[in-house]
Amino acid sequence: MTENGDVTPLVQLENVNKHFGALHVLKNINLTVSRGEVLVVIGPSGGGKSTLCRTMNRLETINDGKIIFDGQVLPAEGKGLARLRSEVGMVFQSFNLFAHKTIRENVTLGPVKVRGIAKATADKRAMELLERVGIAAQADKYPAQLSGGQQQRVAIARALAMDPKMILFDEPTSALDPEMVQEVLDVMIGLARDGMTMVVVTHEMGFARRAANRVVFMADGQIVEENTPDEFFTNAQTDRARDFLSKILTH
Amino acid sequence: MDELIKYAPDLGLGFLENVKLSIVAAVASLILGTILLAMRVSPTPVLRAAGTFYVNVVRNTPLTLVLAFSALGLSDQLGLVFSETPLTNSFWIVAMGLSVYTAAFVCEALRAGVNTVPMGQAEAARAIGLTFMQSLTMIILPQAFRAVVAPLGSVMIAMIKNTTVATAGGFLADAAAVMKITFDQTGASIPIFLGIVVAFMVLTMPIGFFTGWLSRRLAVVR
Repeated sequence: MTENGDVTPLVQLENVNKHFGALHVLKNINLTVSRGEVLVVIGPSGGGKSTLCRTMNRLETINDGKIIFDGQVLPAEGKGLARLRSEVGMVFQSFNLFAHKTIRENVTLGPVKVRGIAKATADKRAMELLERVGIAAQADKYPAQLSGGQQQRVAIARALAMDPKMILFDEPTSALDPEMVQEVLDVMIGLARDGMTMVVVTHEMGFARRAANRVVFMADGQIVEENTPDEFFTNAQTDRARDFLSKILTH
Repeated sequence: MDELIKYAPDLGLGFLENVKLSIVAAVASLILGTILLAMRVSPTPVLRAAGTFYVNVVRNTPLTLVLAFSALGLSDQLGLVFSETPLTNSFWIVAMGLSVYTAAFVCEALRAGVNTVPMGQAEAARAIGLTFMQSLTMIILPQAFRAVVAPLGSVMIAMIKNTTVATAGGFLADAAAVMKITFDQTGASIPIFLGIVVAFMVLTMPIGFFTGWLSRRLAVVR
């Protein structure tokens, strides 16, 4: 699970709390993500999974506690925060491709404008990445001309183009038509095999079983249970997790 | 009809001043309006408050008062002088007042456009490491502009017609001023009146058609 012998965790959350008004959405969260680890976060809706995921690149602020990424406390704002975000890829439920830019431009924008990479180099790399996710032929189309599954694969290529240290996936297949889920999961499984550090909020148990190193079960803003996928799915320790699993695995 | 033909050269020169004012105010108000918008959507509370204050004060002040204040207050009292030649000075005073006034409407049209851009676009921009200004100028504004090309056209049409109150700012050379001077000398003339109306329509109607066409062409498909 480690690269280059570096055993310090890539992400550490210490006593993280978050409130939305009166709602306590993250309750004293302690969690580490190791380098190269694939962490799947599952649990009932409204349990704080997406919020947890979004705190890791500070799309959500936290009220107290500490988040350390790659040995450094998350910067609160400004250039430091922008730099951190450029090192953490994010794939959204609703893809969020830039609607007025072509597929190729979506993938090259970050490298050119944030990293300062030459346009030609970024273009070449973008085409390699689009090739990898199977969208190279659509490079000059606009996002709205692609199917949801294709758009989400472009979103993954856009995240990869920044050479991130980690990618956050916030319910990447929840907005997809059922027949398009697998094509996205296949790309994600490929990434996992290549050793990418991934935090994946998902309801896809198949993906969790095949690709995850660890499953975190969240409910009511708390981490209720953490285990290996096999242990978790066959031998959940808490009633809350068993109850959740019985509801999703029966159909 | 004879009066129109007789006074057409003078009226034409006056109308040219309306066109010149329009061009200056269009450029300046689009730039200033965009800056105001950036202030109104910025993460800095002071800038947001300043932008909101500006828009609400200027938008709710009659244009004639904005122009009169520019001429009598800023220029005469506070010594803001663009040129030693009175006519040139009043041209720039009016151009400034009109730009400042129109910018508030440009800002609000653009803000309506920003509201059509889904939240996820800004989040994705931030997530790849773009700064606030980069997200605004590369992701949010281009989509916002496209959404409000037609309303911006309406703002520009209103601004062009507003050049006819330049007299309020002491600029007595535009078509409306020339018309009034002519009427004072010869009595009111319907042909002259209609002639100026047609001249404005020739200027503004294509803007309406063009921005309507442009908004369909540039529409961001989601």
